[in-house]
Amino acid sequence: MSLVLDSGEITRALKRISHEIVEHNHGTDSVVLMGIPTRGSFLAARIASIIASIESPLEHGYLDITMHRDDLRLRPPRPLAETVMPPSGIEGKHVVLIDDVLFSGRTIRAALDALGELGRPQSVQLAVLVDRGHRELPIRADYVGKNIPTSIKETVKVSLAEIDDKDCVEITGGEQ
Amino acid sequence: MKHLLSINDITAAEAISILDTAAQLENLTSGTVKKLPTLRGRTVVNLFFEDSTRTRLSFDAAAKRLSADVTNFAAKGSSVSKGESLKDTAQTLQAMGADAIVIRHGASGAAKRLAESGWVSASIINAGDGTHEHPTQALLDAFTIRKHFGSTRSDFVGLKVAIVGDIVHSRVARSNVLLLKKLGADVTVIAPPTLIPYGIESWGVAHSFNLDEDLESFDVVMMLRVQLERMNEAYFPNGREYSRGYGLDEVRLGRLKAHAIVMHPGPMNRGLEISAASADSVRSVVLEQVSNGVLVRMAVLYQLLTGLDQAPTGGLA
Repeated sequence: MSLVLDSGEITRALKRISHEIVEHNHGTDSVVLMGIPTRGSFLAARIASIIASIESPLEHGYLDITMHRDDLRLRPPRPLAETVMPPSGIEGKHVVLIDDVLFSGRTIRAALDALGELGRPQSVQLAVLVDRGHRELPIRADYVGKNIPTSIKETVKVSLAEIDDKDCVEITGGEQ
Repeated sequence: MKHLLSINDITAAEAISILDTAAQLENLTSGTVKKLPTLRGRTVVNLFFEDSTRTRLSFDAAAKRLSADVTNFAAKGSSVSKGESLKDTAQTLQAMGADAIVIRHGASGAAKRLAESGWVSASIINAGDGTHEHPTQALLDAFTIRKHFGSTRSDFVGLKVAIVGDIVHSRVARSNVLLLKKLGADVTVIAPPTLIPYGIESWGVAHSFNLDEDLESFDVVMMLRVQLERMNEAYFPNGREYSRGYGLDEVRLGRLKAHAIVMHPGPMNRGLEISAASADSVRSVVLEQVSNGVLVRMAVLYQLLTGLDQAPTGGLA
């Protein structure tokens, strides 16, 4: 097991992403954050509070994408997480999807489908804490905390204090 | 989980996971999204050998909201009335490629027979078999109770539930007793002696012949339909007599705890086991049970039709 990001580095990465989101969108007007459960939701809440402190408050919500996945027949049934819409919705907004790890891209594809059911955003952007490569779909992130080249056999484990009692990103399982 | 045949087949944790899934589906489908793509391309067959309004409509709606294709089969007007057997009917469905078969049948054990026979590879969901079980009804009743008494609780410890009426013919009672006990509720079945099954002691719940005795103590009062169609002998002198002893009228309704809820799986015999005023009172959650039925059946279809057992085989199944 090797540590790739510690608590301080995660915080600095989230601060940089927050600044980039504000800069890219020329402020926070009609920008909403949508976190993808489980850990993307916590990251969305953190980024929302960072942006509130550096610019102005913005709305955030959570988007459970399980029912839109294309690999439901390849894994055990997953429990569903809560979907919470931002108070003023996503119609015509610049939606920033937030997830912890970008890997195959299939979660994001499912998230784009799920968003499409909820409304028509003006634009959709993607922020991830870790991009580990190995994409299976033509999807890329607009904001990346850290690019981590990995072997397909390795597992990237993101721990967040909200549910894992600590902040860190680790890689395991490369040796086999 | 491949089939849902009996509450006995699932653990308390699995039941709670179905209820949690149903709660999230409610949250997910309450806004603009009415339909989810989850079961696109899968086929759900409603195989109904007995009459049903609620259960069939509910499974139909649940499957459609998950984008599955639904085929409805009613024994009336099919080749069953020409004498076709369950086996031949099942094999026909298999040849058409059913992913799930929702079966209601007058014979106890029909769903289990279909699941274990090897005639079909589909997931089997028991939607009522004779006087045996009706597991999705018990799950939707538990979901309804949970919404009223703590929507995230993982057990029903401390809840007092009365199940009143035609216990002997009721698959709803059997499934509910099994599930409520599994979740830790304190269950009492109440009925005239003729409508209490032999060997009730083995159910592991309290029973009583007197509805008036402890009425104030219950949190949930579940009235059962008097199943006149299954009664070929006299179980009670007449309807008025039954009503007087075991019907939920206004007087009894008034004696219930302030927060108590009244449930009924439907269809109701108004004026027999439940008075019209009780059925339409604010305590009655009968219509909620119907809406919750769709959510719980969506959750069951989701859990049975996704996962590793369901990996596509590549060929024509």
